[in-house]
Amino acid sequence: MYSEKVMDHFSNPRNVGEIEHPSGVGTVGNAKCGDIMRMYLDIDDKGIIQEAKFKTFGCGAAVATSSMATELVKGKTVQQALEVTNKAVMEALDGLPPVKVHCSLLAEEAIHAALWDYAEKNNITIEGLEKPVDDIEEKIEEEY
Amino acid sequence: MIYLDNAATTKVSEEVFEAMKPYFCELYANPSGIYSFAGRSMKAVNEARKSIADLIGAQPNEIYFTAGGSESDNWAVKAAAEFCRTGGKHIITSTIEHHAVLHTCQYLEKQGYEVTYVDVDEYGVIKLDELEAAVRQDTILITVMAANNEIGTIQPIKEIGALARKNGILFHTDAVQAYGHIPLNVDELGIDMLSASGHKFHGPKGIGFLYIRKGVRIGSFVHGGAQERSRRAGTLNTPGIVGIGAAARLAADGIQERMEKETALRDYLIRRVLGEIPYSRLNGHRTDRLPNNANFCFRFIEGESLLILLDQQGICASSGSACTSGSLDPSHVLLAIGLPHETAHGSLRLTLSEETTKEDIDQTVEAVKRIVERLRSMSPLYEDFMKKDQKKEV
Repeated sequence: MYSEKVMDHFSNPRNVGEIEHPSGVGTVGNAKCGDIMRMYLDIDDKGIIQEAKFKTFGCGAAVATSSMATELVKGKTVQQALEVTNKAVMEALDGLPPVKVHCSLLAEEAIHAALWDYAEKNNITIEGLEKPVDDIEEKIEEEY
Repeated sequence: MIYLDNAATTKVSEEVFEAMKPYFCELYANPSGIYSFAGRSMKAVNEARKSIADLIGAQPNEIYFTAGGSESDNWAVKAAAEFCRTGGKHIITSTIEHHAVLHTCQYLEKQGYEVTYVDVDEYGVIKLDELEAAVRQDTILITVMAANNEIGTIQPIKEIGALARKNGILFHTDAVQAYGHIPLNVDELGIDMLSASGHKFHGPKGIGFLYIRKGVRIGSFVHGGAQERSRRAGTLNTPGIVGIGAAARLAADGIQERMEKETALRDYLIRRVLGEIPYSRLNGHRTDRLPNNANFCFRFIEGESLLILLDQQGICASSGSACTSGSLDPSHVLLAIGLPHETAHGSLRLTLSEETTKEDIDQTVEAVKRIVERLRSMSPLYEDFMKKDQKKEV
């Protein structure tokens, strides 16, 4: 049911782990629905994401989307990272089964949550970044 | 490959397959025909019917062949409800039934029936006092499974049968997981109707039966022919029937020895998993459970991930996680025994067969240990838990 890319990112996830003293960290999802993602970002003075790490509790697609999301934001500016949407993550993974689309939304939300934390810590506003929702399911229900 | 998903389906026994073979290209007659060629098929059907009846202490004419467990459950529940409508519109079942029963009950609720879903305790055993309290003047049917498909808990069928009889209520049991695996006797247990399916005990898929006690008046399910005493029309599935009959005979042979062997292996598996993997728990009753069923929860990890990684090690298993059910909710059975959502997501069901070896189990336990450790190392829930734990220790 999963594409080869999803299986690859699930079996050999990139950037698993924690960053000590991260520039920003965000946790999204809830255990009730079975997926929780935590993303750590290390952002330099120029606003470029030097390092991205993640930890995820969830299914194969949740792990794969987290892994891909960290890959996609690495080396990007904060503004560019905002453009890493759930669609971009899904496309990079050659698609997801319909029931797993919410995993990609969770990945997008995890990036936003980490960036939000970074902005708050540094007392800055990131244009176009909205405060992430705690419960991704509510957002999904709105959108679908 | 190590196949530990025998509750999903089993391998057709060689003997069963051999018994079925002649009924495709050689003895292909419609058993209902008048000629002697058809008579040979009918004879085989009748022999199968007897083998199946013998295993539960029933009469052959109380066995009605169906396409499988789900059809049998649908028939029993819907037809009983329809036929007994004049007596009342209340049905009692449990919260942990298979969806073939649960969804049928929900369908009947839409038709104006009332259904009471009786709760189970932490081991998945139905609460008998609540069951008794649920009985009403207008209760027409009690349907409670013999053994649960996910956590393997065996229900107090005898007590439920006695309660139903005392109150003059029909009693149906879904024995899809139990038939052929543990001894069942319809008279001793007070069962009026019983569902079973061939492929759960090394028979073929697409064939099952409903036992209906003689004198129980429920309507036909499929109209259109005189087969199965006009209660279930359709040309008899001769190869399937021969197959399920052969499987029933094999199941009856040495059922005690097989149960002992499977139980010993199951208990070895349970001991190793609980002893060697921290934050794990056994779901279902410790002893009143199917001999081939083990069901665990591993905290901080999710079931589907576990299954995919097990598959990569050549191990077939299943889980009650949301991701394997196609919805966002984990198994209704695991929630009914009181597990929090996050724990229910991390379940693993391993169901053995007679062919499972100790080496299979050892290899599986080693794989599960490695995988659980790996998934925990990337779980934010585990990270939080360990940090809290360390703080406590300081």
